Formats: sequence, structure tokens, C-alpha cells
Amino acid sequence: MLKRVHFPSSALPFLLVAPQIIITLVFFIWPAAQAIYQSFLIEDAFGLSTEFVWFENFQILFQDKQYLATFWRTLFFSAAVAILSMSIALILAAFADRVVRGATAYRTLMIWPYAVAPVLAGALWVFMFNPTLGIFPFLLDMVGLDWNHYLKGSHAMMLVIFAAAWKQIAYNFLFYLAAMQSIPRSVIEAAAIDGAGPVRRFKDLIFPLISPTTFFLLVINAVYAFFDTFGIIHAVTQGGPANSTTILVYKVFNDGFVGLDLGGSAAQSVILMFLVITMTVVQFRYVERKVEY
Amino acid sequence: MVENRPILTLVSHLVLIFGVVLVALPIWITFVAATHDAVRMTQAPIPLLPGTHFLENLKATLFGSGLSSAEAAPVWRMLLNSLAMALMIAFGKIVISLLSAFAIVYFKFPFRMGFFWLIFITLMLPVEVRILPTFEVVANLGMLNSYWGLTVPLIASATATFMFRQVFLTIPDEMLESARIDGAGPMRFFIDILVPLSRTNIAALFVILFIYGWNQYLWPLLITTDNDMTTIVMSIKQMLEAAEQSPQWNIIMMTALLAMIPPVFVVIAMQKLFVQGLTETDK
Repeated sequence: MLKRVHFPSSALPFLLVAPQIIITLVFFIWPAAQAIYQSFLIEDAFGLSTEFVWFENFQILFQDKQYLATFWRTLFFSAAVAILSMSIALILAAFADRVVRGATAYRTLMIWPYAVAPVLAGALWVFMFNPTLGIFPFLLDMVGLDWNHYLKGSHAMMLVIFAAAWKQIAYNFLFYLAAMQSIPRSVIEAAAIDGAGPVRRFKDLIFPLISPTTFFLLVINAVYAFFDTFGIIHAVTQGGPANSTTILVYKVFNDGFVGLDLGGSAAQSVILMFLVITMTVVQFRYVERKVEY
Repeated sequence: MVENRPILTLVSHLVLIFGVVLVALPIWITFVAATHDAVRMTQAPIPLLPGTHFLENLKATLFGSGLSSAEAAPVWRMLLNSLAMALMIAFGKIVISLLSAFAIVYFKFPFRMGFFWLIFITLMLPVEVRILPTFEVVANLGMLNSYWGLTVPLIASATATFMFRQVFLTIPDEMLESARIDGAGPMRFFIDILVPLSRTNIAALFVILFIYGWNQYLWPLLITTDNDMTTIVMSIKQMLEAAEQSPQWNIIMMTALLAMIPPVFVVIAMQKLFVQGLTETDK
């Protein structure tokens, strides 16, 4: 951690870490502590007095059918986004790994959606699926499907999943391709000499070898779907219709800033903090056990 | 390639081309929508080939009031806000992370590990989980509707600090020894040796952070109520809302295009640095 050769203690190192530490304390630690504190308080209807209630806010949340539904919905949404975008990325990466000529060109053409803001991704997809103008509802109409994500919860959910997964394909593709290209060619050639065809090699050799990447991406995609998709939901559906696309982060925002339920929103924040901490710990445990061939 | 299977190679290319089309389709449709006039964009089915109104739309979007709602800031102003925000976040994060990584790796001082863990904790506290109290802090400090409020709360960075720490740890000790023999003090060593040695890492990180800063959405949404402070990414949402009354999809999609060009350009132009930055910061 520390260099063997280093400078002696003085005021300088404190000055050097000061900006980072001050920002961390003021904008991270203090608000997080506030959230934890507020989650133990209930404010009366007029905002005149607050009462310390221990875990009542949490109890209320866990008995609230809507909150529980939001919780499961978020899990479903995250799983759908992760599976959809990871499987598309895996297939594309597997083929890109095979191609000798043009692999980098394909990579260039495939990675840039990473740079598109989630809210923009939402805007693009909502335009493509606009019930009166969009290109997809027009096509779906020809096969007799009436698309309307403003009215149908399942359509709205599909739309936000598409938009969120689309944006993440680039990232997953990049990591899968890098993982596949780091497998020693000799291993693959040995399998080919033993008579394993491309499908067999992928199934029994490549896929198991890149499983650490799959696991890593699963965590990253879950974090992405939990926290970074706020923009998509906000732009595309605003949690509607009838809360059918409200996920946890959207609910914290909505209950806090629109509903002004401070205690309830704070309790939700605390639950989210636990979730992030769990995911971060999982992610870091993975990093410690590096891939071994 | 392991073996020669022309048919499989052909299939590979076909699948990849399909993938590229899938990935590019939303952007293509956006581009096409930005090249037609408003009337054409209200008739279903919308066109799939570019029209001839691109420059017209560009002018109307940049210098007109965008959508006809009068309170919105002009689009060029929003682009400027976004640029300022993205640059301030990227520079801010890099500078404070370089400094703290330097302190943690090269100095022995009380609470060194305490500071390290404090920085580590920020990884676990994304804005989304502490929205309301952080907003209150910024409001109490009088930083609403300012570039400071938009950027300073976001510039603490555990990932960047870790990355620079890793980089510094790989720099041989002899560097410091010889620098000291030559009479260089800590800051001299930092500026003349450490920073130049980590410049590709700085560049790679800059690419990632610029995109991160440019694409911020929830935070500016909370901090800015003044139209003059709106960022381009935020404005899309307001336009989508306005679209329900007056669907000027050509202008909306032109704005979306303008909002995504800078970060997309950065990714494509600096692809190598981008890939390096992505793999370094996340692993």
C-alpha cells in the first residue's frame, strides 16, 4: 500500500487529501447519515413535529403491498435487462472473436451506444415505439398487434427493458470480446485438433473460461439496472401506467420530491444503500479471485 | 482463426452486421427524423431515409428557441452548460483523485488508512440512494442553480483514486530516490515525475469521466430550476413532455442528436483510451 521509500509526515499530505475528504464528508457521509437518521423519524401531516419511531418506517414499507411489488418489479426489470443485453452481447462477441478481418471495425460500430445518456436512449426508443408515429407499432399493427405503452403496463415494461438493454449491449460486448481474446489460442487449437467443432468449443471451452466475466457483468448490469436507469424510466413512462414501471430508485425520487414523504423516502434510501453495499462487496470479492487458466 | 470454414465465416459476418444494425437503428431513425420537416414527421409511417431539411432543423434548434415554449433556454446555451459541467466534473475528479492518491501512496501520516476507507465508502453511496439529504445540503450551501452545485458534489471519486493508486504503486521506488538526491521536494516530484508518468491513464480516465459528466441527468434535474442552467440532456425530457401537445419531432430528434454527438465522438475518436479507461476503472 505505502511505498517503501516515502516522504515523512507533515501538513502536506493532509492538505493533499483535504479536497477529496471534505467533499466526501459534506456530500456523501453527512447526507447518508441524514438519510439513516430521517428513516427513524415520522413527520406529522402538517410538518410541524417529528417523532422518533425506530423501525416503524421500515415496518410500514415492508407491509406496503405497493413497495413490495416495486421491489419484485425492480428485480424482474434488472434480471430482464441483464439477461437480454448480456446474451445479445455474448452472441455478437462470440462471432466477432471468430472474424479475423474487420473485428475492430465491428467493435467501433458496436461500442458507441455506451456514450448515449440513458434519458436519450429512452427518448429514442419512445420515438420508435410512439403508438401513432413509431416505426415498430406500425409494423406490429400489420401482424395485428396493437402497441400502446401509454395504456398497457406490460408494453411499457418491455419498452424500458429494450431501451435499458440496448444501451448496455456495448459495454457487455466490449468485456466479452476482451475476455474471449485473452483466452490462449493454443487451448482453442488443441480442442480443434481433438475434433471439437465451433459450437462444441464455445459450449465446453470458451463459455466456461469466460464465466468470471459473466459473473462480473451480471453484477455490473444489476447495478446499472437498479440505479442508472432512472433517466430511461423518467423519460419514457414516468413510472406509469399505474406504477407498472416504477422501480425502487424512481420510487425514492417520487416519494421524496413529489410525495414529500421524508421518513418513508429516507427508509427506502437506506434499503437501497444496503443493496449497493451488498453488490459492491460481491463485486470486490470477485476482483480478488482473478481468472486463472 | 482455428480452421477454415467459409460458410461459418459468412454467417459470422451476417450476424455481426445484424448486430450493428440493431445497435445503430435507434440512432439512424433519430438522424432521419432530424432531416425532415415537422409536417412530414407527423405522418405515419415515419420515413426511413434522410430528407433535405437537416441544416434548416439544425439552425432552428440551435438558435431558435428550440421548441416553441418560450421559457426554455436556447439549445446552444444548454450545450455550453453541458460542456462546462462535463469538463468541470472530469477535471475536478482527476485533480482531487491524483492528489489524494499521491498522499496515500507516498506519505506516512496519521489516519492514512482511515482516509482511504472514507474514500472507499463513496463507492457505495451513489447519488440515487441519498437524493433528498444531498439536495438539502446543496440548498443550504446556496449552491442551487450554479455550476458549483452541479459539479462539486459529484467530483469525489473512489474509482479514480484507486486507479491512480495502482498506477503510482507500479512506479519504481528508484524514481523517488533519485528525485530526492537531485533535491526535489514532494510537489516537485509529483508535478515533474508522477503526473507525466501517468498521463495515458489520465487521458483514459478523462474520456470515461467526460461521458459520465455529460450524461448526468438526475443530479442536474434536482439542482437546476433556472432555465439558463438547463443541460442538453435534461432538455430532452421537457421536450418529450411538450411533444404531447405539439409534436415537433424533427426538432426534438435534432436536439437528441446534438446531445449525443459530443460523447459519441469522444468514444469513437479515442477508442483505445476509452477501452483502456473502461477496463481500468471497473476492474
